[in-house]
Amino acid sequence: MSGLRANLRVVGALGMRSVRQTFRRPQLIAPIVIFPTLLLAIQTGGAGSAVELPGFPPVDSFLQFMLAGAMMQSLMLAGNSGGIALAVDIEMGFTDRLFAAPISRFTIVLGRLVGTAALGLFAALWFLAIGLVFGAPVEGGVPGALVAILLTTIGAMSIGGIGSAIALRTGQASIVQGLFPLVFVVLFLSTAFFPEQLMVEPARSIAAYNPLSFVVEGIREPIVEGVDAGDTLAALAAVAAISAFSLLLSARALRHRLRTGG
Amino acid sequence: MNRRNLATIAAIVDRSKNELIRVPGAAIPGVLAPTIFFLGLNGVFGNLTQLTGFGSDSYASFLVPVSVLQGAGFTGAATGVNLARDIEGGWLDRLLVSPAPRWVLLTGMVVAASLRAFIPATAVLLVAFAVGAHWPGLDGLLLTYAMVAATAAVAACYAISLALRYKTQSAAPLMQAGMLALILMTTAYAPLRLLEGWLQDVAEVNPMTPVVDAVRQGFLGTIGWTDTWHGVVALLGMLTVMAVLSLRGMRRITA
Repeated sequence: MSGLRANLRVVGALGMRSVRQTFRRPQLIAPIVIFPTLLLAIQTGGAGSAVELPGFPPVDSFLQFMLAGAMMQSLMLAGNSGGIALAVDIEMGFTDRLFAAPISRFTIVLGRLVGTAALGLFAALWFLAIGLVFGAPVEGGVPGALVAILLTTIGAMSIGGIGSAIALRTGQASIVQGLFPLVFVVLFLSTAFFPEQLMVEPARSIAAYNPLSFVVEGIREPIVEGVDAGDTLAALAAVAAISAFSLLLSARALRHRLRTGG
Repeated sequence: MNRRNLATIAAIVDRSKNELIRVPGAAIPGVLAPTIFFLGLNGVFGNLTQLTGFGSDSYASFLVPVSVLQGAGFTGAATGVNLARDIEGGWLDRLLVSPAPRWVLLTGMVVAASLRAFIPATAVLLVAFAVGAHWPGLDGLLLTYAMVAATAAVAACYAISLALRYKTQSAAPLMQAGMLALILMTTAYAPLRLLEGWLQDVAEVNPMTPVVDAVRQGFLGTIGWTDTWHGVVALLGMLTVMAVLSLRGMRRITA
C-alpha cells in the first residue's frame, strides 16, 4: 500500500513538473493553446459559410462545430509537446537520474502522461470557455461538457503515450519535434474540421476509418446536439485502442532504453 | 555598394545554403508544413466551391497562392529563429565585431531567406499541379515567385526584429504565429464576401490581402495590372516598415 502511495506521489510530482515546465516555456504552450485558438478563429471566420452547404449537419454556428476540432488539435499537440519535453529530459540526463532513483520506471512515463492529461483538461476548459464567450453553447449542458472534457483529457493522455514512446526510443527532441507536421496530416484525415460527407476523396474515405474521427465525434456530439451513448462509447473504445497501442510502444521503448542505455 | 559588402552578403547567403546541404532535414519542416496544409485544407474544405458566389470551381487553384505565401512566411520566420540561435550561441557577437556594416549583415540574412523560400514554393506548386490546380501561365508563375521572395523578406525582417529584441529561441512562436495570422487573415479560405463579418473587416485592411489576390489572379484567370500593382505596393509598404524595424534592431544590438 505504501509502495502504491509512493508511486502516486512520484506520478503527481512529475505531472506537476510537466505542467509547470509547459507554462514556463512559450515554445511548449504555444502549440497547445495559441496555434489552435488562432486556427479556430481563422477557420471559423474563413469557412463559416460552410454551414450553408447542403448536407451540413444542423448546428448553431460553424464555431460550435469547430470547437471539437480545436480541442482535438490541442490534445494532439499536447501529446507531441509532452514527447518533446521527455526527449529533452533524456538529452539533459534528467531521466537517467530518475532511472537511478528507487522508484518504479513506469511512474516516470506515467508522470509525464498525467501532465499531458492536465494540459488536455486545460485545453478542453479553454475552448469550452471560448465557445461560451463567442456564442457557441454546449447543447448537452453540464453532462455534455463533462463528457467533452473527459474525452479530451484521456485523449491527450493516450496520444501523449505515442509521443513518449517515440521520445524513449529515440531520445532526441528534434525527432519528436519532426512529428509536428504529421499531427496535422492525421487531423486533416479525420472529421476534426469538416463533416465526413462533405469532405473530398480520398480524405473522406480515410476519415471514415480514422480512430481520431471517433474521438472527435464523441467530443462534438455533446456540444452540437447532446450526449449520445453510441458516440461516447465509440470514442471511449477509440481512446482505449490508442492507449493500448501507445502503452505497448512505450513499454517496448522503455525496455529497450533500459537494456541498451540509449 | 562596394565589392566587400557584396562579398559579405554572398558569404551569409552561402552559410544559409551550406546549412541546407549539410543538414538536409533543416528544409523539411518548411516544405512539409505548407504542403500538408495545402493538401489537408483542399481535402477538407474542397466543397466550399459549391457555395453561391464562390467564383471558382477548383479549390486547389484558389488555395495554392495562400500555401506558397505561407511557405514564404515560415521560411522568413525560421530566419529569425536561426538568428536567435546564433545570438544564444555567440555567433552574432563575432559578426558584430567584424568591420561589416549592420545593414549588410541584415541584407545577407534577408536575401538568404528570399532564396530559401523558393524551395517550399516549388514543392507546393508541384503538388498543387499534381492534384489539378490550374497552370497560371509563365507570367503568373514569375509573379508568384517574385511575391514569394518579397513575402519571405518581409517575414525575415519581422522575425529578425523579434529575435534582436528577445534574443532567445523562445520567441519562435511569436515569429511563426505573427506570420500565420497575417497570411491567413486574408481571403485565404474564401472570397471576401463569403467571410464572416469580423474576418471580412480584418481582411479588408490586411496588407497581405492584395498580395494573396495578386498571386491568385493567374491561378483563377488572367494577370491584370490593377491586382498586380496593388499587391506590389502592399508588399513594398510592408517591406519598408519591417526593414526599418529590423535595421533599428541591428543598429541597437551590442556584442
